[in-house]
This record gives sequence, structure tokens and C-alpha cells, in this order.
Amino acid sequence: MQKFKTLLSLFLTYLKIGLFTFGGGYAMIALIEENIVNKKQWITKEELTDIVTIAESTPGPIAINCSTYVGYKIGGVLGSAVATIGCVIPSFVIIFAISMVFDWFMSITYVQYAFNGIKCAVGLIILRQGFKMLKSFKKNLLSLICFFIALVGILLINFFAVDFSTVFFILAGAVLGVFIYILDVIKKKRKAKYEKVEESSQPNSLSESKEGGNEK
Amino acid sequence: MIYFELFFTFFKIGLFTFGGGASMIPIIQQEVVSNGWLTEEQLLQYIAISESTPGPIAINMATFIGSTQGGIWGSLLATLGVVLPSFIIILLIAAVFTKFAQYAGVKTVLKTIRPIVVGMIIAAGAYLVVTAIGIQSFYSMSFDLLSIIITAILAVIMIVYKIIFKKHIPVIAFILVAAGVGLITYVIGG
Repeated sequence: MQKFKTLLSLFLTYLKIGLFTFGGGYAMIALIEENIVNKKQWITKEELTDIVTIAESTPGPIAINCSTYVGYKIGGVLGSAVATIGCVIPSFVIIFAISMVFDWFMSITYVQYAFNGIKCAVGLIILRQGFKMLKSFKKNLLSLICFFIALVGILLINFFAVDFSTVFFILAGAVLGVFIYILDVIKKKRKAKYEKVEESSQPNSLSESKEGGNEK
Repeated sequence: MIYFELFFTFFKIGLFTFGGGASMIPIIQQEVVSNGWLTEEQLLQYIAISESTPGPIAINMATFIGSTQGGIWGSLLATLGVVLPSFIIILLIAAVFTKFAQYAGVKTVLKTIRPIVVGMIIAAGAYLVVTAIGIQSFYSMSFDLLSIIITAILAVIMIVYKIIFKKHIPVIAFILVAAGVGLITYVIGG
């Protein structure tokens, strides 16, 4: 019974969180902190920080990743399902309702004119988001090359309507990352081996100087 | 058939969205427009609505496109598709690979992918700007003077706001301003 009560409460809390998350996943994290960490005290702030780190590193919207993980911590697999569903329902209902009247909505002249302006804003918003993220990676030769290849690649694909998968860029990046990691490991192993060899040649010189001292 | 397509397309989108909702835009652009599900113009409208309503943009786009392509079942399957990869992977990490972040190579792979994702987002944004002005591709270009003017005005507003208030204008506010600018052109144009 207690478990059911917790799950129900989790669901309702996430319903509320999902309803008020405007502007993306990071807004949701603030809401999670307010409702789940502070009010309900189901997880600690530190736990939330850990969860966010993971949520940022895994595929998928950060909001969903967060919800699933927090839900799991609170109520296991069932909890994760309940939290995720709760978080998705409000936006689903709203968007679905809008989609039903969308055609009618777009046929209103005022709306059409408003969207003449709005369609110009959308690209700027995404562009801004991209520029904000520019500081999120260290600028070295490799990262800059990757950045420019991706940038130019996507532009060309779109502009020339080429049928080349965008997903490829991410996969290529992952493969490259694995490759770099392996190189790093090899470098470290070599370094460790070199240092070991250095160490083993030192004890001889030490004992020599000791003997020299004694002889005096 | 459309139901499977919707599910698989959005599953793929959900699987390859790294680092926030904006990163799904380049992928959606390709998947959805090349599928013939949306035109470039409609994509802009959908993104605008998805940015203005609660919920992550990824989910909203899935629900929206799913609905217009396949009704209630379409929207359910598309939404399920986009959520499932996250859900499964996070559960695996939470329950099994709890030390995920410390696993060999994870940090390196993420570090390598990040600049790629940023490049893709900037490219997607730039292309959306250019689409709004009328340039869809090398084969279909037009120059909509009004849109160019509106875009320039909005860009100036965005930059000026940042300078004056030191922070970025909130997305919804910006969209409302854009709607206002659009309406003004109606009044002027008559």
C-alpha cells in the first residue's frame, strides 16, 4: 500500500513538473529540485547532481533521462516508468490538442502574419543555442576540426539536398573517441613501462655512493 | 505502415540526440523533411509551437509530427519511440552499470562528440534562418525581402537585449515578440 502511495505521489508530482517545464530540460531540473529534493525530500541535492551528469551524457532529452533516473531511485523500475509517463503526459495532451486544430489555426490570417514573424525567430533561437554551447568544449586542433567538419557538412547536406545521414557524424565521432581513448591507454602504458625501467636502474647508483662514503 | 515508420524514425532520433533538445533539430530536419512528412516551412512552424509549449522540444516534435502523420496512434507511437532509447539506457545505467560515468572511455567519447554536436546545431540554426528567408536549397532559392527585414530586426532585438540585460531573452518572450513583429507587417502592409 505504501509503495502504491509513493508511486501515485511520484506520478502526480511529475505531472506537475511536466506541465511547468518551459524551455527545455534544464528548467525541469530546477523544478525537480524544488519539488522532489526540497519539498518531498525523496532524493538529496547531491544525488540530483549526479543524476544530471549522467542525464547529460546519455542520448535523449535531458528531461526524460532525469525523470527516468529519479523515478528509479525513488521507486525502482515501476517508479521510473511512472515518473517518465507522468512527465510526458501534460505536453502530449497539449500538443495533441494543438495538432488537431492546427490546420484551422493556421488558416486564420492574423495567425499567418504572426507566423511570418515567428518563422524568422526559430532559426535565430537555434543559432543562439549553438553559440551558447561553443564554450562547452575545449578548443584544440582535433575538436576544432571536428566542429568545422560537422558544421560545413550539415550545411552542405541541407543546401544541396544530399541524402547523407546526419547520424553518421555522431557515430563517426563516437568511433573517433574510442580510437583516441585506445591511443591514450597505449601512451599511458608506455609511460608506466618507461618509468619502471628508470626506477630499476637507480638502486645500483645509490649503493655505489654509499660504499664510497663508507670507505672514507 | 506509417505507424512503424513513425516509431522507428523517432526511435532513431531519440537514440542520437546528445546534449539537449537543440541537437535533435539537425536530425529531425533530415529525417522528417526528406521523408516528405513536413515541408521546410511547416518544420519552422512545428519547432515554434514545440518551443512555446511545456515539455522538451524532442517530445513535442514527436507528438506533433506523429499526430499529423498518423492520428492518435501516430502521436503515441512517435512519442513512445523518442522516449524509449533514453528510458532503456538510463535504466540500464541505474540498475546495472551504475559506475557508467567512470567506465573506461566514456568521458573521452563524450568529449569527442561534443564539438560535433555543437557544429551540427549551429549549422541547423543557420540553415533554418536561411530557409525562413526563402533559400531552401541550391535548386530552390528565392529572396523574401520582408522576411529578410524581419530576421534582421529580430536579430538586432536579440543582441540588444543581451547587451542591456546581460542575459538572453527567454525563448517564449522572443517568440511573442516575433509574432508581434509579424502582425505589425500585416498592419503596415494592409
